Amino acid sequence: MSSVAPAELPIDRELADGEADELAETQRGPKAARVKKRLTSRTATIASIIIAVVWTIPTFGLLVSSFRPAELIRTTGWWTIFQNPGFTLENYASVLFSTSSSSPQLGAYIVNSIAITLLGTLITLVFAAMAAYAFAWIRFRWVNWLFIFVFALQIIPLQMSLVPLLQIFSTWLRPMQIWLHDVVPIIPEQNYLPLWLAHAMFGLPLAIFLLHNFISDIPADVIEAAKVDGATHGQIFFRIVLPLATPALASFAIFQFIWVWNDLLVALIFSGGTQDVAPITQRLAELVGTRGQDWQLLTAAAFISIIIPLIVFFSLQRYFVRGLLAGATKG
Amino acid sequence: MTTADLLGKILQVVMGLAVFAAVVGLLIFFIDKAPKKGRDYWQLGLFLLPGMLFVAIGLVYPAIRTSLLAFQDNSGDWTLDNFIWMFTQPAAIRTLINTVIWVALAPIISTVIGLAYAVFIDKSRGERYYKVILFMPIAISFVGASVIWRFVYEYRSGDREQIGLLNALVVAFGGEPVQWMQTAPVNTILLIVIMIWIQTGFAMVLLSAAIKGVPTEQIEAAQLDGTNAWQRFRNVTVPGIRGSLVVVFTTISIATLKVFDIVRTMTAGNFDTSVVANEMYTQAFRASEIGRGSALALILFVFVLPIIIYNVNVLRKQREIR
Repeated sequence: MSSVAPAELPIDRELADGEADELAETQRGPKAARVKKRLTSRTATIASIIIAVVWTIPTFGLLVSSFRPAELIRTTGWWTIFQNPGFTLENYASVLFSTSSSSPQLGAYIVNSIAITLLGTLITLVFAAMAAYAFAWIRFRWVNWLFIFVFALQIIPLQMSLVPLLQIFSTWLRPMQIWLHDVVPIIPEQNYLPLWLAHAMFGLPLAIFLLHNFISDIPADVIEAAKVDGATHGQIFFRIVLPLATPALASFAIFQFIWVWNDLLVALIFSGGTQDVAPITQRLAELVGTRGQDWQLLTAAAFISIIIPLIVFFSLQRYFVRGLLAGATKG
Repeated sequence: MTTADLLGKILQVVMGLAVFAAVVGLLIFFIDKAPKKGRDYWQLGLFLLPGMLFVAIGLVYPAIRTSLLAFQDNSGDWTLDNFIWMFTQPAAIRTLINTVIWVALAPIISTVIGLAYAVFIDKSRGERYYKVILFMPIAISFVGASVIWRFVYEYRSGDREQIGLLNALVVAFGGEPVQWMQTAPVNTILLIVIMIWIQTGFAMVLLSAAIKGVPTEQIEAAQLDGTNAWQRFRNVTVPGIRGSLVVVFTTISIATLKVFDIVRTMTAGNFDTSVVANEMYTQAFRASEIGRGSALALILFVFVLPIIIYNVNVLRKQREIR
C-alpha cells in the first residue's frame, strides 16, 4: 500500500507526537523552557506579536461593532469606542428574534445548519467506517485496487460533480420529496435530504481513507480472537472496531462538522435557498448582498454564524488539530 | 419560523435518523445472515455497498458526465465552443488570469508567514496562545471571514468619517479613501489577503509540528559548529521539514484554486475579480450555460492534477530515503 503515501503523512506519528511533546513541555513549565535553547530573539518576538495583533484585529473589530448601536456604527470607527461609547444587545435581538419579513430571522437558519450538520456528519462517518472496515479486514486482491481508486477520488474537485448531481437529484429525489410532503404536510417540499446525501457523498473518500489508516492498525490478534470465538463480522464491527476507533472517529467527526457547517457552495446548489432548508452561511451571504450597508445586522449575524464552530474549535482543539493534520487534502 | 416549521424540521431529523438506523441495521442483519457459500464476498460487498454507491453516484458518474458536458453545447451537440469561449473572451481570460494570481500569491505568502511565525514562537513562553490566535480563522467559515474583512475594507464617500479600518489608516496618513472592492486590480489582492488570513494558521500548525520533529541533536551539532540561527534554520530545519512544507504548500494551492465563497460573498465576481470556481458557478447555475460551467470545472481539475501528482512524487521519494 506504499503507493498511497500522501495522506498517510498527515496522520504521521511524528506529527502527533510532536503535538503531545509540546503540551507536555508547556506543562513542565519554565524549568524545561530554560534548558531548551531559545531561538527567539527580540526581533522575532516583536515580529510574532505584530503578526498576532494583525491577525486578531479584524475579528475583534467585528465583535466590538456587533455590540454598538446602529447609529454609532454608521458614523464612527469601532476603534473610537472610548470617545463614542455605546453598548446594545439590540443588534443580536433583531437578527435573531425580529419577525418582520425583511429582517434576517436567523433562528430558522441556525436550526437548519444544526440539522444539516448532524446527519451530514453521521451518515458520512458510519458508511465510511463500514467501508474502511471491509477494506482493512476482509482481504481480496482486487479490493486493494478499489481502495486506491476511492483514495484517488479525492482529487476530483467538488465543482466537477455539481451539475450532474443536481440533475440526478431533481430526477430521482424530487418526486420522493414531493410525495413525502403530500403524506406529511408538516415537512416542506424542500427538505434536508439532498444536502445530507450530497455532504455524505463528498465527504466519503477522505473519511474512508483516514478511518482505514486507523482501523487497519488494530492488532490482527484481536480480530482473529473474536473470529475464533464465533463473532460475526457485524459483531466485530460494532463491538470491537468501532469502540477501538473512537479517537479517529471523533477527529474526523469534528473535522466534517466544521466543514459542513462552514460550507456555502453545496448549500447554494442543493438547498433551494428558502428558510425551510438553507443553512446560516447561505443566509449570511445573502444578507451581504441585500443588506450590505446595514452593519449592525451584518456584524451580529456574522458573529452568530461563527460562534458555534469557534466553540467546537476551542473546546475540542486537540481533536480538531489532529483531524486537520489528517484531512489536509479534503476538497 | 413558526412552531409548525420547527416541528417539521425536528420531525425530518428524527425520521432521517430512524431511516438511517434502519438502513444500517438491515445491512448488518444481511451481513450476519450471509449465505455460507462465498460468505466473505457477500459480507465484503454489503459493508462496501452504501459507501461505494454514494461515491459512484456523487463523484464517479458526475465527473465523467461533466467531462462530456464540457464538449457539448446547450442542445447537446459536440463542440469545442466552450473552450474557445474560455480562451478568447476577455472576461473569461480575466478569470483565468485572476486564478493564476491567486495561486501565485496565496500559498507562498501563507506558507512563509506561517513558517516564520512557527519558528519565532517555537519554545517561547505562551506558545500555545500565540498558536490559537493565528489558528482561529480556520474554524471561521469563508463567508464569515468575508464579512469580517468587508468591514475592514468598507468605504465612506465624501468627508464622512471612515468606518473601515483600511480607509481610516489611509486617511490618517493623509491619503484619499479608496473604494477597495470596486478598484481593480487591488481588489483581487485584497481578496487574496482574506485567503492568506485563513490559511496561514493551517500552515503554521502543520509546520510547527514538523519543526518539533527535527532532532535536537542535529540542531545542537550545528550549534557546536558555530553556525548562527539563520544558518541553522536554512541548513538544518528547512531540509528537516521539507515533506511538511510540500504538503502545506500544495494543500493551500489546491484550496486556493477552488476558492469560491470569498469571491462570491465579497464581489460576486464583479469588478474583474472573478476566478474559475466562481465563474463555474455563475455560468452553470446562474446563466444556465451548462457547457461553459462544465468546461471551467474540467479546467479546475486539470489545474489541480499536476499539483497532486507532484505531491505524491515528493512524498514517495521521501519515503524511499527513509
